[in-house]
Amino acid sequence: MAHHRLSPHQWMILGLVAVCAPLGDTCLSRGMTHLPAITLGHPVTLVAAVFTPWIAVGIALLIGFFASYLTALSWADLTFVLPATAFGNVIVAFLSKFWLHESISWQRWTGIILITMGVGFVAQGPAVTERPTPSNNPQAAEAIEEEPVR
Amino acid sequence: MILPTPAITTGPWAAAAMIAAVVLLSTTGEVLTAAAMKSIGDLDDIRAQSGMKGAIKAVVTCPLFFAGVSFLALAFFSLLFALNHLSLSLVAPASASLTLVTNAIAGKIFLKENVDKRRWASAVFVCIGVYLLAH
Repeated sequence: MAHHRLSPHQWMILGLVAVCAPLGDTCLSRGMTHLPAITLGHPVTLVAAVFTPWIAVGIALLIGFFASYLTALSWADLTFVLPATAFGNVIVAFLSKFWLHESISWQRWTGIILITMGVGFVAQGPAVTERPTPSNNPQAAEAIEEEPVR
Repeated sequence: MILPTPAITTGPWAAAAMIAAVVLLSTTGEVLTAAAMKSIGDLDDIRAQSGMKGAIKAVVTCPLFFAGVSFLALAFFSLLFALNHLSLSLVAPASASLTLVTNAIAGKIFLKENVDKRRWASAVFVCIGVYLLAH
């Protein structure tokens, strides 16, 4: 079913979903750890935190994630989008190794291999469940053809 | 003074209930949001015809979308509640990985998606992978 295969533009949307969520979380985490402790007694400091660079970038990335996620769900199944976009976890693991020079344990390497295999499995199949339509359901097509013209 | 850690004060059944609440609320939110987006139609097509404003209007005027977002918000607050009682190294990997499996089950039952052997294998592989990566 050629029309159930994704176009490069749609793969790019899935890539944005995979990358924006973990990067947004990382930016928020980095921004919040650089701030002094925030208590409910001083909610203004929480509002002020939104305008600090790292947190603003994190929020922008998470808005981008949600917009891309909604777009992906409009043309692909939930059970396709979630495993396919889990590859973002692998990207973050590689970033932490090669950018932040953190060590990756053998358990994490195993996790990276399993996620990559899972994404590979789901990417080979159709992105969306085929629904019966007049064009691919002979009985429905016949019913439409037999309907008297008024 | 040494304060007791959350893991000591929270029993295994309470911990399981907290994680189950996060997973169930998150799954409900994901399924409702997915159903909303399917009912709206291809957002790329809508944006091509009506522009970005038309696409945003199509999303924000769908009641099912708000139901989904409400459940996702409840899932977020239940996650915060769980983090207040349990350690991050338990809650984050457990909820993230279990949600993949419950979404596959809910997608098959409620969204009538074709969850074939390939998708089941993918969900299980990614579930174990996320757990190992986040633990």
